[in-house]
Amino acid sequence: MSAREEILSGIRRSLKATGAEGPRRAAVGARLAMRPRGVVPARGRRDPAGRTALFVAMAQAALATCAVVTSPQDAPAEAARFLRDANLPARLRMGADPLFADMDWSATQIEISHGPSDGHDLNGLSRAFAGVAETGTLMLASGADNPTTLNFLPDNHIVVVSADDIEGDYESAFDRLRALYGDGLMPRALNMVTGPSRSADIAQTMLLGAHGPRKLHIIVIDAAG
Amino acid sequence: MSVHAHPTTPQFSANAHRAMGDGNLQEALARLRVGFSTRRAAAIADLPEFDALRDAARDIKIHTLAHLDLYIEAYEQRVKESGGHVHFARTAEEARRIVLDICAAHGAKTVAKGKSMISEEIALNDALIAAGVRPIETDLGEYIIQLRGEMPSHIIGPAVHLTKDQVEADFRRAHTHLPHDRDLTEPSAMLAEARAVLREKFIAADVGITGANFLIAETGTSVIVTNEGNGDLSQTLPKAHIVLASLEKITPTLEDAAQILRVLARSATGQEMSVYTTFATGPRRAGDPDGPQEYHVVLLDNGRSAMLGTEFEDMLRCIRCGACMNHCPVYHAVGGHAYGWVYPGPMGAVLTPSLIGVEKGGQLPNASTFCGKCEDVCPMRIPLPKMMRHWREREFERHMTARPQRAGLGVWAFFAKRPALYRLGTALAMRALAFTGRTTGRISKLPLAGGWTATRDFPAPQGRTFQSQWRDRTKAKAR
Repeated sequence: MSAREEILSGIRRSLKATGAEGPRRAAVGARLAMRPRGVVPARGRRDPAGRTALFVAMAQAALATCAVVTSPQDAPAEAARFLRDANLPARLRMGADPLFADMDWSATQIEISHGPSDGHDLNGLSRAFAGVAETGTLMLASGADNPTTLNFLPDNHIVVVSADDIEGDYESAFDRLRALYGDGLMPRALNMVTGPSRSADIAQTMLLGAHGPRKLHIIVIDAAG
Repeated sequence: MSVHAHPTTPQFSANAHRAMGDGNLQEALARLRVGFSTRRAAAIADLPEFDALRDAARDIKIHTLAHLDLYIEAYEQRVKESGGHVHFARTAEEARRIVLDICAAHGAKTVAKGKSMISEEIALNDALIAAGVRPIETDLGEYIIQLRGEMPSHIIGPAVHLTKDQVEADFRRAHTHLPHDRDLTEPSAMLAEARAVLREKFIAADVGITGANFLIAETGTSVIVTNEGNGDLSQTLPKAHIVLASLEKITPTLEDAAQILRVLARSATGQEMSVYTTFATGPRRAGDPDGPQEYHVVLLDNGRSAMLGTEFEDMLRCIRCGACMNHCPVYHAVGGHAYGWVYPGPMGAVLTPSLIGVEKGGQLPNASTFCGKCEDVCPMRIPLPKMMRHWREREFERHMTARPQRAGLGVWAFFAKRPALYRLGTALAMRALAFTGRTTGRISKLPLAGGWTATRDFPAPQGRTFQSQWRDRTKAKAR
């Protein structure tokens, strides 16, 4: 008997089941199809302005920095300001996201490069397809638009998220994901990011910038802001 | 040979004794006692739904375990559809063999590893080294203990037993290519050094190995939860990604994972959410500029399917948050290494005998004050003290309990079966003890209890026996 068969039959022996029982199969099929939500914290249930405010407050509590701009066209200047104020070189690596392609970067002094990171980029720029207000969490999907390596290798990560894409809770963000990729389907990597990288492994002292970015700067585009 | 293959669990008493006298360890434990529990309490106070989420999380696992065979089949199907491979491993040996074969197929010289308790459980690093493959632990805590040739002392903080000075000494010993006179007094300097050293190793690694906090049946996805980002680099940069996970990590849907995520970080570190929660589904796709070309999952049983349907089934709900050890007076006193194998603290006391046998692990369920704090804080509401009692019963049934203890229990049982005699005996003993400690209220020496009184005094009884007080109070109430 193969390892697979032996493990499955061992589980069935322990559960006193055969695997062919109608009610058991129906229970599993129903859960996978219905995806019950369980307990969703009330704190995310707010109007759009309230969600954006909570998202910003929670992201800051997780030690990210945040700025709200009213139009995508204001994002390059805000990125430039962040780099300048942090004494960072005016260089930025990004993917092919159409939102960035439509922005006018020429007014800034930023030297732009495109594509995944090889580990030698100081600053990266990504777009989150969703934000989650309950914990100030960004959701980023892999692909040519936003290469996963940009989320982890650069020392400083700037992430743009639209206020319209900020949901109250994880469950609503998962629905947004299913609308983009289809039921039961996922991008190769879905990164939920809450604040910059950190570690407390040396003498239980929390320090930022373990392997991922030391700084996470979030630019929220909010026309109502 | 490493502790992985030769647990020192049977020597728990000696280990514990040594740990109590270890100054560095006691300094680290003093910090741990305060830090983890304070942060957890603060996070929970901020989420009114926390207890309701614990119930929901427990119920999800109970449902999943009752349908585990079917969810595994659904999960496997989804992984295949996304272009990944699922390998089933009955034993640690089979799991090691699968990993070594994948490494060999890629001609791997080095492997970058995210933190994985399953890797520790199957002693993977020893096997990789024996096969000429260099494993590089990339979680900072795991990296430090790898430099020291140690076992993790905590399931979420592997190097929690070390002081800053010890880590500095390890870095100076290991990173000999760096200037001798560099300043490492600040932990931030050490962190920067580890980041730079490990960055090059990530980029050079041929294969990446991570654990998994969840395997999602709905989508065929493995989920890792980290704060450093090392797991993400381990699974994104190398040519192949191997996920090591045990059967009970299966979780039906994204929504179910969200319920458990809400209790995980809060119970573990007191964070609202860990920094990186990453969902990985299959290998690199057409148009993907990064990600691994191959995606493998090693699904390990190693005794777990046999725990289903027994009094230890509840243990399979464990999500490895570490709250039980963070709140355990025994762990606080002796740290993780005394437990002698991979899993320390209350969860280790229950799990270790299941995995290495009650013959070797039987001392651990006895290392408990039964204060119940572990069950109080467990996000999955696992009845840890009850399961420790089950192990003690099994030990007793198998005649593994030490002779003096058996004899003592025999004497107690003789009296317990004869209530009148029991009452008389306890009343007399009580008076004798009260007389002995009449001046100070304390007794510093007791026959047959020298082990207890050697390090602390026994409080002298102040009144009558529990039973006689109970009788009087019941009567008073009836009136």
